[in-house]
Amino acid sequence: MKVLMFGWEFPPHITGGLGTASYGFVKGLLKQGADVTFVVPKAYGDEDTAINIVNASNIAIHITDEHFKEYQKKLHYIEINSRLVPYQTPDEYFRLLTYKDHFVEHIGSTVFSEKFEFSGKYGENILEEVKRYALVAGEIAHQNEFDVIHAHDWLTYEAGIVAKKISGAPLVVHMHATEFDRSGENVNQIVYDIERRGMEQADLVIAVSNLTRDIVINRYGIPPEKVKVIHNAVEPLDKKAYATEEKNVPEKIVTFLGRVTFQKGPDYFVEAANKVLQKDDNVRFVMAGSGDMLNKMIKRVAKLNIANKFHFTGFLKGEEVDRMFALSDVYVMPSVSEPFGISPLEAMRSNVPVIISKQSGVSEILKHALKVDFWDIDAMADYIYGLLHYQGISEMFKKYGKSEVDNLKWENAAKKLLHIYQELLHK
Amino acid sequence: MKSICFYFQVHQPFRLRKYRFFDIGKEHYYYDDFENDYIMKRVGDKCYLPMNQLLLDLIEEYGEQFKVSFSISGTALDQFEMYYPEVLESFQRLAATGSVEFLAETYPHALSALKSKKEFTKQVKEQKAKIKKLFGQNPTTFRNTELIYSDEIGAMVADMGFKTMLTEGAKHILGWKSPNYVYTNAINPKLKLLLKNFQLSDDIAFRFSEQSWSEWPLTADKYVDWLNQIAPDEQVINLFMDYETFGEHQWPETGIFDFMRALPAEVFKRSEFSFNTPAEVSKQAQPVAKLHIPYPISWADEERDLTAWLGNELQDEAFDKLYALEDKVKKCADKNIQRDWEYLQTSDHFYYMCTKWFSDGDVHKYFNPYGSPYDAFVNYMNVLSDFELRVKEMLKKTTTKK
Repeated sequence: MKVLMFGWEFPPHITGGLGTASYGFVKGLLKQGADVTFVVPKAYGDEDTAINIVNASNIAIHITDEHFKEYQKKLHYIEINSRLVPYQTPDEYFRLLTYKDHFVEHIGSTVFSEKFEFSGKYGENILEEVKRYALVAGEIAHQNEFDVIHAHDWLTYEAGIVAKKISGAPLVVHMHATEFDRSGENVNQIVYDIERRGMEQADLVIAVSNLTRDIVINRYGIPPEKVKVIHNAVEPLDKKAYATEEKNVPEKIVTFLGRVTFQKGPDYFVEAANKVLQKDDNVRFVMAGSGDMLNKMIKRVAKLNIANKFHFTGFLKGEEVDRMFALSDVYVMPSVSEPFGISPLEAMRSNVPVIISKQSGVSEILKHALKVDFWDIDAMADYIYGLLHYQGISEMFKKYGKSEVDNLKWENAAKKLLHIYQELLHK
Repeated sequence: MKSICFYFQVHQPFRLRKYRFFDIGKEHYYYDDFENDYIMKRVGDKCYLPMNQLLLDLIEEYGEQFKVSFSISGTALDQFEMYYPEVLESFQRLAATGSVEFLAETYPHALSALKSKKEFTKQVKEQKAKIKKLFGQNPTTFRNTELIYSDEIGAMVADMGFKTMLTEGAKHILGWKSPNYVYTNAINPKLKLLLKNFQLSDDIAFRFSEQSWSEWPLTADKYVDWLNQIAPDEQVINLFMDYETFGEHQWPETGIFDFMRALPAEVFKRSEFSFNTPAEVSKQAQPVAKLHIPYPISWADEERDLTAWLGNELQDEAFDKLYALEDKVKKCADKNIQRDWEYLQTSDHFYYMCTKWFSDGDVHKYFNPYGSPYDAFVNYMNVLSDFELRVKEMLKKTTTKK
């Protein structure tokens, strides 16, 4: 089985769960004996060498070819007209505001040049990169042979469609998140349209949870029989490097880790923290991550007079994330809308008990996690207090939680995926 | 006899290093040595050394006739000693002339006058002792951080035995009154007040190099014309400004050094002014009235209030959490804890958390090592959290010993 995969990010250069999940599936598939080529807009050279990574920035295209000329025309319908920044940090945001005019001016001339240096990020010129990525996909499809095409998230759907048109191989698109998760009800119409077109053109849609599957069916009008669920998994923690990380403060630590954006519900975490701190002085809260709501959260914490017990770390990278988990006594994921949510699994494999919102895909598969509605800060505070003070329950969660996540293997997820590929090929 | 009274403020904070959550409980050194060293050397070379030399030359030339005064924060003096001893020696040479008065302030350039009489008094005593040790003077004039003043603060300063205090004389504070007289504190009339003539001070400190200013370029000649325009019975022009005005805020190319070098000669030639120190002015002049200032004022920004340091959520939270530790800190004998306690009180830390970016934003940004007030706040609170842990730990140790 030969698979051509299109992704947008790949470890260690990731901003969230998308890169982690892509890596998990690829590794799982390789273990099952499949042959996977993984295309990213920009490779850095320090990715896992066991995986065949294609750096789209190195692929030259020959725009005189007939199929490109035709595709070029069709691509013109995507136009930049809004600040489209799905995963942004405040720094990036301001930088993009300054550069906006620059990009608008240059669009068109660079997209169709022979080579193109992708940023592989989520900046304002993201649509330019999406277009260009699709052209490169055509080139790759032209040069390679494969049985099935798999595209991760909307950024790569155009690429998947082009590859399918050129090769005739079936296309699987993978919904790691929907525009409704990212933006609430204020969806970006361009993104929504790309997502829907991708799913319509695909032979099969994979959703990361039943929650996401329902959104795909109800909000995008995709026929239910075309949508399958494969839950994400987590890599077992093989290195024990941070198991002995010495705690730096005497108090217990409760952690939020993720982008500080509307979708992740950081404000509910702050309010719950305040409730706990009124009763219990022997605890510190940490908000690890960056995002457009960060300053608002800092201000709120100051206003509540809890800033000596509530800390902000900014964005944490790979190793620092493991370190943060090693220091944590409780992990909270209060997401307002979370298609899946890998981070609680990462916490659990580090023996940290977790509280997760019912509005998350991961809550469909976890037994040994406390579940609350994201808005129910009283229940959240109750659970935090309980996990901090009642040894019995936290020990139980640690013990069973650990074995629960250790059984969630990417191999198993990949097995399901392979099965789906095979069904598709035999149709 | 009319006086020109120069007072120059010299201050450098101990800027904090990037202090992360992971450092809490582990790393107990808070200061950005590299940055502090770098800034001290830069300002030393651009301002302190050349301007001190210029003043020395003027004193040598005009003898008794030319006098100035300085207030130097303890944190600045500490940094002279650590990073640039030549600067300290140069100030000591000025002290030796007998034509320079050194004022008292709070050692760490703190806002303690607003919060704790006990802490405030202690810091002023420390500063006095340091001035005595380094310059051989016993200060009798007081200047509070950023010229912050209220009736109550004045009374507190009078209780400590000071005879004179400096503060701001902006129009909307004084109303019809002129800053060119000596006033007294409303509670204790023994304390005389000298008020900054903000117009003539800011002509030098802020507007000097502004080419869009209708009076640009400012010459010593023109400036003396303005001095001569004050009412016949007015006694004193108080020119209060940051010392870094000379060479750092106003670059040498603007002609600021030439202006200062030329000023005394022009004054002696064409006016009846003499140069006096605050203590001399206070002794000679007859106070004209009591000044009522029930709410604290400062010399900062258009409003002349405290909002550059206190008032927004971030500043108030940091300030309250800091001073909540006072009683506990007072019980710790540890030298490092006492040092950090003072350095963390420096007003600049709160200034970095200021969110009013507009009318006075330029000045604020210029002095701010942080990308945003939020960064400043998060970093400061991390440091403070570690400090709090150390204080608690220290108290536990001392109580178990007993």
